[in-house]
Amino acid sequence: MSRIIVVTSGKGGVGKTTVTSNLGAAIAQLGRTVALIDADFGLRNLDILLGLEERVVYTALDVLSGECRLAQALVKDKRIKGLVLLPAAQNRNKESVQPEQMKKITSALTKGYDYILIDSPAGIEMGFRNAIAAATEAIIVTTPEVAAVRDADRVIGLLEAEGIHNIRLIINRVRPEMVQTNKMMSVEDVLELLAVPLVGVIPDDEKVIVATNKGEPLVIAEDYSLPALSFTNIARRLEGEKVPFMDLMAEQNNILTRIRRIFGG
Amino acid sequence: MMNDLIDMFFSWNTNKNSREKAKRRLQLILAHDRANMNPAMLHLMREEILAVVARYVEVNRDEMEIELENSERMTALIANLPIVKFKSSPLSEENHQPIPADINLDLT
Ligand SMILES: Nc1ncnc2c1ncn2[C@@H]1O[C@H](COP(=O)(O)OP(=O)(O)OP(=O)(O)O)[C@@H](O)[C@H]1O
Ligand SMILES: [Mg+2]
Repeated sequence: MSRIIVVTSGKGGVGKTTVTSNLGAAIAQLGRTVALIDADFGLRNLDILLGLEERVVYTALDVLSGECRLAQALVKDKRIKGLVLLPAAQNRNKESVQPEQMKKITSALTKGYDYILIDSPAGIEMGFRNAIAAATEAIIVTTPEVAAVRDADRVIGLLEAEGIHNIRLIINRVRPEMVQTNKMMSVEDVLELLAVPLVGVIPDDEKVIVATNKGEPLVIAEDYSLPALSFTNIARRLEGEKVPFMDLMAEQNNILTRIRRIFGG
Repeated sequence: MMNDLIDMFFSWNTNKNSREKAKRRLQLILAHDRANMNPAMLHLMREEILAVVARYVEVNRDEMEIELENSERMTALIANLPIVKFKSSPLSEENHQPIPADINLDLT
């Protein structure tokens, strides 16, 4: 049975596409086959984060209109075995896609892939409805901020109403030094508010931006970073492994002491 | 390290801890969102509850709290109404049991 997981958030810009691309790469690295669906019709950028934009020929809409076969539209990532992308159309009207059509495409993909990750657009309108239509699990991405947590809660309610009860949380852009000085909500604070199980914590890290600049998922970067480890850990947890959550503050101090040691400080 | 300590000290003092503030605000926002009840309706409910309570006890309106709260995705109405004075009998008219017309008070 393949797993169909929608990555959604309500609020825009909290890291859905970042999570979908990096988590997809991390799962594929564990030896699973992964299809990523860009469900952000009209504003696609999953292809860009993956560095695959040059190789997009057809999109999901071309498949739906019968212009190409599903297999032709899938862009294979040559760096990571088992990872493919189904791009969204950039130019056409996003209203032209229906939940039923998303279900059709997704169910066809289940025949060839262990995981199907769907990158949802922001909001709770039609694009969101399309993105969740075929999903049996959801990953909610939020940041430790009031508006993002509020929207996350709204979306959790909507997913439950749609019968999607397998919901897990990723808290993105955590800044341990701000949590320590009581300027940012902690992971525990957010968990207490949202009351859904945690599947990962990702630090706010410039390496995430560097990776998107290069169009290279974090887990295949030469210097394996803390955010890369976060994504690998999430992938392993999805696979059912019990991976302890790392203490970001301790990790950061670790790195700092290591640097100090190098410079004899 | 020293900077962290200084920061921590200052955020406790001056900022009044924006982390705690965010959390408190969210607790209220989420409770209202989940109950799907707008502030006006909550206000109305609060006033009606108080009107009933006021027939029996006198409540300190400045100290009282009637709020929606939630934990573990369950929402509850939590009321904390400090009582100033107990009333000896309910004041409101409609609280007296109406006396049926056919009552028999014959003593013999
Ligand atoms: N952990 C992180 N550290 C630093 N920057 C991050 C992190 N996560 C995301 N970002 C940055 O935040 C921005 C928004 O991320 P992303 O595009 O993934 O969000 P999104 O939820 O998909 O947005 P949209 O709602 O527009 O689809 C990007 O510039 C990304 O590089
Ligand atoms: Mg996005």
